[in-house]
Amino acid sequence: MRVLPPLLRRKPAVAVLMCVPLFALILGLVAYPFFHALFLATLNKAETAFVGLDNFSFLFGRQTFWMVVRQSLLFALVAVVFKALIGLAAAHAINTIPTKGQRKWRGMMLIPWVIPPALSTLGWWWLFEPTYSAINWGLTKLAVPAVPWLSDTFWARFSIILVNVWVGAPFFLIMYLAALKSIPGELYEAAEMDGAGPWQKFFYITLPMIRNIIAITTLFSIIVTLANFDIVRVLTQGGPLNTTHLFATYAFRVGIESGDIPLGAAVSLFMFPMLAILAFIILRNVRRRAASLA
Amino acid sequence: MADVTLQNLVKTFDTVEAVRGIDLQIPNNEFVVLVGPSGCGKSTVLRMIAGLEDITSGDIRIGDLRVNDVPPKDRNIAMVFQNYALYPHMTVEQNMSFGLRLRKVAKAEIRGKVQRAADILGIAELLGRRPRELSGGQRQRVAMGRAIVRDPQVFLFDEPLSNLDAKLRGQMRIEIQRLHQQLRTTTIYVTHDQVEAMTLADRVVVMNAGRIEQAGTPDEVYHQPRTRFVAGFMGSPAMNFLNCQVTEENGHTVARLADGPALPLPAEQAARVRSYAGRTLVAGLRPENIREAASHDGGNSSGIPHDVSIDIVEPLGRETIVYFRLGDSTLCARVGTEVHPRAGEQTSLVFHPDRLHLIDPETDLVL
Repeated sequence: MRVLPPLLRRKPAVAVLMCVPLFALILGLVAYPFFHALFLATLNKAETAFVGLDNFSFLFGRQTFWMVVRQSLLFALVAVVFKALIGLAAAHAINTIPTKGQRKWRGMMLIPWVIPPALSTLGWWWLFEPTYSAINWGLTKLAVPAVPWLSDTFWARFSIILVNVWVGAPFFLIMYLAALKSIPGELYEAAEMDGAGPWQKFFYITLPMIRNIIAITTLFSIIVTLANFDIVRVLTQGGPLNTTHLFATYAFRVGIESGDIPLGAAVSLFMFPMLAILAFIILRNVRRRAASLA
Repeated sequence: MADVTLQNLVKTFDTVEAVRGIDLQIPNNEFVVLVGPSGCGKSTVLRMIAGLEDITSGDIRIGDLRVNDVPPKDRNIAMVFQNYALYPHMTVEQNMSFGLRLRKVAKAEIRGKVQRAADILGIAELLGRRPRELSGGQRQRVAMGRAIVRDPQVFLFDEPLSNLDAKLRGQMRIEIQRLHQQLRTTTIYVTHDQVEAMTLADRVVVMNAGRIEQAGTPDEVYHQPRTRFVAGFMGSPAMNFLNCQVTEENGHTVARLADGPALPLPAEQAARVRSYAGRTLVAGLRPENIREAASHDGGNSSGIPHDVSIDIVEPLGRETIVYFRLGDSTLCARVGTEVHPRAGEQTSLVFHPDRLHLIDPETDLVL
């Protein structure tokens, strides 16, 4: 057997060495882009001069920016609530069918989640098309007036949320299904002997037992939903009149399409403190509850 | 309080018949233990009584009410589960009061009942804790407390002690017994542990392969087993079985053990088995009925000494278990601590025939 050089014989040294690829990845893919964005956000449009927080104060003075903030929050809130509710209902429904039949349902329900969203959104875009599409054709046949899905502010927002819920609900479904399966069946039997009906079992057993999963899944989904880009980009490009822009699409519009990269960086950085605070609060509660259940 | 009646109870899972026709009458206040090897259907019977399993056919009555189609919550029974099944997110008090709260019992009444149950079980100081902060024995007490506060007509226990260590199991056994003496509620208790069955039961119901083999007092099933299964299941170490022949020798009816001594049978038993003379039967003899030659206890002089070669010796402190060979079979004897047999030794052991069970190998019934 070959003898290792003295440095490598020490366990801590080897451990650090083995972590180097991970550190490199985090450094290259997380730390560098983040700090570079911070740096960019402090430059002028031509990226030639340091302007401090001028980009931010400029944004704060613009109505469109505050509209984007409100839209992003509304979008994330409504979409996450519906994803969570639909995911929970579907998980419950699947959990009640015998294990043998569950796999095919689980597989089918996951389809919206595994198709690349840019592609499936294209399909939706085609469905929403006002004159020739299936939806409006069907509505007209039923003597309902055609709906301007993507050109009216309310319906455009509705459509974006609908597609986002359609894509994202399966993720909740899978997480909740796993959580439901981890609840010991004896608890439900004990509750049944105690006299609990289906709703009481749900509120007193199921919900408290999966609260942590709900919290973590919701946090994760809020982050992903707030940062959504592809659905808006494909369906409305932020229109009509910027009323469907989210942080990411607005940052793209400002930074790439209008050529002001520092301002775009400032827009996308605005999400960060909000998400950080939210993550902190939710994860703190999760840890506390996990400690009390364990 | 109520009596429980099972009539021709059958349960089939898909194609498997788990319970094949159980008839059992459990009088009010009785403590009945269903005992048997795993898979014998005892837990299924209990779960059918609880209402957690559908009944394939047959009837269950609690009191005067046929409960086949009555949901568990309306059967007025309480169950203690093997893994306790405490709600992990509730405190002990909330766990115990959950059923009462669902039934909208007045708060003051709930508090009183929980307090009383907690006092009975000695867990009053634990009411504010959550299950994960409790030891196994404490969790078991809370699970029983949850059953007690409901004041049920019937208690069901599903292997409640199998997750506890041996010492704690002994303690809890005594507590369950004390509890029953205090509350006198009809109790049906499932276990695979024959010590629990013997110590707790007013009546032991031995089950095997979905049927009742024998139901009787602990004394009856131990000393007068009806079938070979019961004879072999109750008692530890298990009863010795070996072939024998019933013959007449010197005017006595004797059972001649294969490669062993001839044991004279008591007159009554002799009368019962005389017609089997000449046929090969199975003799069942408990280890405590084979003793060391110089046995002082009991002074039972009717023993027949026989030379055997010792195979394995297991000293247990208050007694010694000796495995020895007799012809082709290995038998087991319990001897006192005053003798010190050694493996490989030839020694004389005394066979006491007064508790010899003779079994017809064709029917497996004790004759």
